[in-house]
Amino acid sequence: MNKILIVIRREYLRRVNKKSFILLTILLPVLMVGIVAVPIWLGGISSDKQQTVAIVDDTQQYAQAFRDTPDYHFIRTTSPEEQFKSEDNEVEAVICIRPSDRPNMPDVKIYSRQEVQGMLLNTVKQTVNAIVQQKKLEASGVENLEQILADLSQPVDIGTYKWTEDGAQQSSNTGIAMASGFLLTFLIYLFVLSYGSMVMQSVIEEKTGRIVEIMVSSVRPFQLMMGKIIGIMLVGLTQMAVWGVFLALFLSLGGQIKGISGSDIADMFAAVQGLPLAEMGIMFLLMFLGGFLLYASFFAAVGASVNEQEDSSQFVMPVMLVMIFAIYAAMAAMENTNGPLAFWASIFPLTSPVVMMVRLPFGVPLWQELLSLALLFATSVLMVGVGAKIYRIGILMYGKKPSLKEIGKWLRY
Amino acid sequence: MKNFLEARHITKRYANHVALSDVSISVPAGQIFGLLGPNGAGKTTLIRTLNRITMPDEGQILFDGHALCPADIHNIGYLPEERGLYRKMKVGEQAIYLAQLKGLSSKEAKARLTEWFERFDIMPWWNKKLEELSKGMQQKVQFIITLLHRPQLLILDEPFSGFDPVNAQQLKQEILRLRDNGHTIILSTHNMESVEQMCDTIALINHSQVVLGGEVDDIRRQHRTGLFQATLHEGTLAGEPGLYEVEPAESRHGEHNYLIRNTGGLANSDLCIRLARQAQLVSFCEKLPTMNEVFLKVVGENAKWSDQQIENKQDK
Repeated sequence: MNKILIVIRREYLRRVNKKSFILLTILLPVLMVGIVAVPIWLGGISSDKQQTVAIVDDTQQYAQAFRDTPDYHFIRTTSPEEQFKSEDNEVEAVICIRPSDRPNMPDVKIYSRQEVQGMLLNTVKQTVNAIVQQKKLEASGVENLEQILADLSQPVDIGTYKWTEDGAQQSSNTGIAMASGFLLTFLIYLFVLSYGSMVMQSVIEEKTGRIVEIMVSSVRPFQLMMGKIIGIMLVGLTQMAVWGVFLALFLSLGGQIKGISGSDIADMFAAVQGLPLAEMGIMFLLMFLGGFLLYASFFAAVGASVNEQEDSSQFVMPVMLVMIFAIYAAMAAMENTNGPLAFWASIFPLTSPVVMMVRLPFGVPLWQELLSLALLFATSVLMVGVGAKIYRIGILMYGKKPSLKEIGKWLRY
Repeated sequence: MKNFLEARHITKRYANHVALSDVSISVPAGQIFGLLGPNGAGKTTLIRTLNRITMPDEGQILFDGHALCPADIHNIGYLPEERGLYRKMKVGEQAIYLAQLKGLSSKEAKARLTEWFERFDIMPWWNKKLEELSKGMQQKVQFIITLLHRPQLLILDEPFSGFDPVNAQQLKQEILRLRDNGHTIILSTHNMESVEQMCDTIALINHSQVVLGGEVDDIRRQHRTGLFQATLHEGTLAGEPGLYEVEPAESRHGEHNYLIRNTGGLANSDLCIRLARQAQLVSFCEKLPTMNEVFLKVVGENAKWSDQQIENKQDK
């Protein structure tokens, strides 16, 4: 077997067989769905116990407006609130409504033995405010005012459509496009950085564990480095594939429930299916490969140059800044995905994997995609070459942390 | 005798210093070759060059009669001075992985490893992670890994460091057994006693150059200092001015040991006859210098501590 394959095999299997990897890969999608679904589900469950709330309304104008909710049962009473102070009654809270100095403005107070629940407070506010508003409107004396106001609050409904190549109109959803673009941006950022630094960890481990001298007496440093990079890349792709399957399942399930569930969700799925999904998928993969190769070979060179983890930050920091810049550029570019910032940042190889992702759902001209890919891969190959040279010398260098100048010298050996 | 490995005029320069300068060594087949030298003299660089880890700037290496090529590394077993294996990896898995990189199939590696582990009675280590083993155990594992692919040439850099005397003795016997089985061994060590006991030929490197080379016995003879030892049961010995000096006797268990310094360049037999005339000799022998004494003499007892180490760390 080719040696690089042996290295790839070990790097890959070692990581994929780890419990933490399996757990993370399977649990994260479940967790993501859970994070969204559980609060919605929990919120839907109302408490099984209705609490009794007494209303003392001296104005006689508001009490009848209170309607029982699943949580609260309202009783109207004329007895003074002090009567409910003692523990031995069922009443949780007392709402006292008294006239105030100002017209149509009652003085409302809630008494309770515990802190007043936000839900009760809101219910009371809404109910009383509605009546106050209505009374004030009536007091203004303008005819049909209620009607006029109702007219005013009608929002304008803007439908967004995209002309497809066959000339048809397709309903689109700018929000969904932005969200999916940002999701991809974030994913690629996460994958490139976390798997890139995994390469660095692994190189540092081999160097500090002094295993590297044995390794390079059997394989060429380039084979070792590439085996590591490719092995770890395959781990990343495996994780993506698993998540991709989850996503596809989710989308197709979503497509099936489309008929029965609310129109909002149905629209959302229609909008997702209207995105250039295949193009996004392919570009995501290619951009990940290029970006990962670029950053991973940089990280490998850093790992080889330093003697311990702590020393690496000096070299990693500038790269992190570039990546963070890329994320901010992507966020800014989201508002106008064809603007100059979006264009240049998605062509420049250090930021293109991250920034290109936000543009994809809105459609990117093919020549820009190809140019961006070509530049990215050219830079990656260059970085692999430079990284391999530094790696080759660095892994056998112990002692003090090399300066940038010294690392520069290694390139010429 | 046929040389298994020859390095010819190897020169390796780093940015600010020369690590090897016109170094030539010849390692006879089936022998143990001692590679000696103070720290930072260039031994590690030479060993790395032989392993094809670094490429020489000039010079040529002949391996079993042909120029050293990439496939030859399958025929070299290397035990670096700085030991290290994957700490988190299981011992068996790790050994098979490293053997595969030396060109063995995983099945073959497994069979051979089983053989070794059974021989040393360490099968229970197989599924242990390396970090669970003691340092001595790790050393043994690494030694086995070095041999697993049955290389014709073994390069052992300070193999005894970290072993207790019992294990060191075991290892020594194992190395001699390997030699008897036809392996050629390069032994780099600072332990001069083991050099005398084990090595057939040596090369001593100092300041990037080979300063001494040849068979151990020859070298010791070359560095003879004209010291002899004579043992008597009774009587005394006295020096003859201009010919030889006799140092006062050291008596132990009824034997008187005299140290005789041959200052007049007498032949051994002449000296012996002259001494025999004075008293009844029980024994008479020449005291050859130990390798330790040779080393100190050649490298210089007053070589500065800091001489090379700093230089070695920088700008490789």
